[in-house]
Amino acid sequence: MEGFRTHISIQNLNVNHGSRRILKDITLDIPDRRITVIVGPSGCGKTTLLKSLNRLLDPSEGLRVHGRILVDGENIYSPDVEVTHIRRKMGLLSQKPQVLPMSIFDNVAFAPRIHGLREKKTLARTVEHYLKLAGLWEEVKDRLATPASELSVGQQQRLCLARGLAAEPGIILGDEPTSALDPQSSKHVEQRLIDLKSDYTVVVVTHILRQAKRIADYIVFLYLGEVVEHGPAEKVFERPRDPRTRAYLTGEIS
Amino acid sequence: MGLALFLVVGCLVFIVGTIVWKGLPALKLSMIFQTPKGGFYLGKEGGILNAILGSLALAGGATLLALLVSLPIVLYLNVYTGRRSRTAGFIRFSFDVLWGVPSIVYGAFGFLLMVFIGLRTSLLAGILTVALLELPIMSRAMDEVVRLVPRDLTDAAYSLGATRLETAFRVVVRQTLPGILTAVLIAFGRGIGDAASVLFTAGFTDRVPTSLLQPAATLPLAIFFQLGTPFAEVRERAYASAAVLTVLILAISLISRAAVRKYSRHTIR
Repeated sequence: MEGFRTHISIQNLNVNHGSRRILKDITLDIPDRRITVIVGPSGCGKTTLLKSLNRLLDPSEGLRVHGRILVDGENIYSPDVEVTHIRRKMGLLSQKPQVLPMSIFDNVAFAPRIHGLREKKTLARTVEHYLKLAGLWEEVKDRLATPASELSVGQQQRLCLARGLAAEPGIILGDEPTSALDPQSSKHVEQRLIDLKSDYTVVVVTHILRQAKRIADYIVFLYLGEVVEHGPAEKVFERPRDPRTRAYLTGEIS
Repeated sequence: MGLALFLVVGCLVFIVGTIVWKGLPALKLSMIFQTPKGGFYLGKEGGILNAILGSLALAGGATLLALLVSLPIVLYLNVYTGRRSRTAGFIRFSFDVLWGVPSIVYGAFGFLLMVFIGLRTSLLAGILTVALLELPIMSRAMDEVVRLVPRDLTDAAYSLGATRLETAFRVVVRQTLPGILTAVLIAFGRGIGDAASVLFTAGFTDRVPTSLLQPAATLPLAIFFQLGTPFAEVRERAYASAAVLTVLILAISLISRAAVRKYSRHTIR
């Protein structure tokens, strides 16, 4: 991959639900400290691909995963890998922000606490640091003890970002992270992701092409469970090689 | 709608009204703050303090025990097993069957169990039996609310590196706390009001129980024994006892409503 260092390497990934193939033989390298955007029409397997990175696909619901995903050179589907260890490496932003049923402070302190941080002053400093990083500190610094559910949806999404960052991941995953937000809040979240890419590998799923153009360094076009085309963003947007990509970019398939 | 409202509210008013109307003449402070004196059941001095305290201790203990068993079961069903697990389905079905078992059967079973382990009629035996009676009620009521926890919420906790155990106790329990409290109180109400299951197991006594191994009086049995006498003033006391039991249950539901409101602050809707 020209000019990029690989952070996540997906090799021959297949996901099946019964006899239905949701993801077909995906091989893909995701670059380190860049924003990779996965685009494609709805139902093409974008979210499944994202969740497979985090091992959130539940085998008890009949989903079978085959193939390898290497993160920092370690196969996360290897049987001796601990799943909590994998998930800690990635912060997740879901479509609708899911704050935890506790105060703003406790939300951000959740991951540090379960990973053993008890000391109050350090916790307070950690929470402040990550709220600032997510661009939320100024708005909530006087009401850290109020329930997180009282924040606006846009603020909740940034709280989720802060909470995810506090787990000290190297990767941020976003599953259409702005789809429930108003344009102003969306812009806010997009800007945060751009600011964060100097330190984090960001993978975002979206069906909004304009958003992809605004933030993407690297584009993956997924169609009916297959990677049709992937490459540096400007290249794919300006000179798509595959006719299906061209059709998607011009709005013929959506 | 109007008819339904009339039927439900009408029933409530009619039952409470009858109890209070018939029991009011006998409802004195001595009734609540004294234990039965000699000849109480013939219409002489005394009160039902033994039954009030016995019932509270018995239902309280049984509810605590049932909670300690049912909360882990419910969390296991919802966090550890998949939504389509057959085992989970079978466990839920078993609870439904247990729910329908009449309480006298629990009483008989509890009695057999006591004989088997060599326990006399006692508060402890009563607690064990009533806990068995409450278990399916509490578990099913809890299961209904814990099932509604959105998948995305547990996923959010997992994605932060939380284990299933941490997710269960730190996120799922917090999210469903109001529902869990309600389930506990439904079970408590059922336990404190049940007569048949304590008849053979907890026994009856005029003293306030001071140990788990002593027999304990309960309000439903106090009502039963007092209603069964030929003396009008004693039967009046039965209604007074019923009024006390009803007020006790009412007070507990009011407290629980306040508690639910307090604890639902953090719940995500």
